[in-house]
Amino acid sequence: MIVAKRKPIDEIKDLLKDYKKVLNVGCGTCVAVCLTGGEKEVDVLCAELDMARKMDDNPVDIEGTTIERQCDREYLEALDSKVEGYEAILSMACGAGIQFLAERYPEIPVLPAVDTTFIGVNQGVGWYEERCRSCSSCVLGMTGGVCPVTMCAKGLYNGPCGGTNDGSCEIKKEQPCAWYMIYERLEKQGRLDCIINFKPAQNWENQVPRTLIQPGYEKPE
Amino acid sequence: MKAGSNLEKILEAGHFAFTGELGPPRGSNADEVREKAEFLKGNVDSVNITDNQTAMVRMSSWAASIIAIQAGLEPNYQMVCRDRNRLAMQSDILGAYALGVRNMLCLSGDHQQFGDHPQALGVFDIDSMQLINMAKTMRDEGKFLGGADIEEPPKLFIGAASNPFAEPFDWRVHRLAKKISAGVDFIQTQCIYNMEKFREFVKRANDMGLLEKVYLLAGVTPMKSVGMAKYMKSKVPGMDVPDEIIKRLQGAEKGKVADEGIKIACEQIEEFKELKGIAGVHLMAIEWEHMVPEIAERAGVLPRPEV
Repeated sequence: MIVAKRKPIDEIKDLLKDYKKVLNVGCGTCVAVCLTGGEKEVDVLCAELDMARKMDDNPVDIEGTTIERQCDREYLEALDSKVEGYEAILSMACGAGIQFLAERYPEIPVLPAVDTTFIGVNQGVGWYEERCRSCSSCVLGMTGGVCPVTMCAKGLYNGPCGGTNDGSCEIKKEQPCAWYMIYERLEKQGRLDCIINFKPAQNWENQVPRTLIQPGYEKPE
Repeated sequence: MKAGSNLEKILEAGHFAFTGELGPPRGSNADEVREKAEFLKGNVDSVNITDNQTAMVRMSSWAASIIAIQAGLEPNYQMVCRDRNRLAMQSDILGAYALGVRNMLCLSGDHQQFGDHPQALGVFDIDSMQLINMAKTMRDEGKFLGGADIEEPPKLFIGAASNPFAEPFDWRVHRLAKKISAGVDFIQTQCIYNMEKFREFVKRANDMGLLEKVYLLAGVTPMKSVGMAKYMKSKVPGMDVPDEIIKRLQGAEKGKVADEGIKIACEQIEEFKELKGIAGVHLMAIEWEHMVPEIAERAGVLPRPEV
């Protein structure tokens, strides 16, 4: 899932300082699962902002609502009848959702309440770790299911570098060396031949905005 | 001859090579490079010019390489993958070659988090292995990585680093093999202190026939103090400093610790001269350039052969 973290209240307050009537929109998918921008967090942020603005003697009329997915037109539609009359929209969705909202309501300022952080896994309640950089050319098949682009601090395709430190990355002891893990796993599986050959330079495909149209589908006119 | 550098000629002629290292200044004073160069001149076959080492901003490696050439040294131009993408790397290779650089060393580079700009974007567009291959393709095929022809291909003698100690140890020799298949001509190793482990690494490399395909220069850094040895042991990633080294330095007479460090280095060099598959020594006298003449003398590597 996409993991995000909420921006500090002061930053959000600053973004909203010129607006008196704000709609705060949560998203019920990834950011809800990672406890950042779902229904509950929308309520908490609305209450925080309401209180903070009162204390600043600059009250705000803020209303919260959460839709299933901000990255999906079908669900955004539900907002069409609500946005009227708001000076600004605050979005608690990931960067994709925020942009989709801004695209739908181009006359209204749409502002981010979260920082989109990574594509990751749920290690425990409230504990998430990054696993994928969506590079568009997955090498997990040859690297024992450990992503060198994401999990190696240098994104090496021919690791490990000389800085690997008893299984840790040179950047810090707590960070496992991705290439050490790759080696260990492939060795156990008897598949070290997967990484024995030199891997040539990567053709980066994530340097321009990407579009995907599934086979059998077309982009509507 | 692939590049015709002095280092290549020395190695090709079968001489035991001796290379040094020079760190460019944290400023724009060319005299600092020239002063360090004076200590190295005549005592080494080629000198590595480091590239923003430890991820700290310094005078650019190629500019310091040119100053070194003017000062009568042959540079081994270091290039790390951290700070440049493939366009910048290739253009710097062309420029350095045009100005007389004939050796280069391809490195991943210390992570930016170590240095004085931890907020920087680490580029790592290609890795050190891919950099070796790119430099070789430019030289031998006369083509850029993108496939286009190069009008006058840069003919560089291509080096890389090898850490014989970092885990997984069993993989180290295979990684060396990969660098050879990527096209490396010579290797300079990480500083060696654990001789037993290094001998094992060399044995395995010999068994695989690797040291017939590449010139391996053993990395040596004399310990200046007990504190330095302890720091290297505990704080420098990938460094293997056995307790015996620390004990030996601790046992040295007062004021004689650095001398003991040089003595250890010289003993290592003596062994390397006899070790099958070792083509030379790379001396990394970090911020100790003024000691290079003495170390070279005591290591019995002077005078350097003329080729």
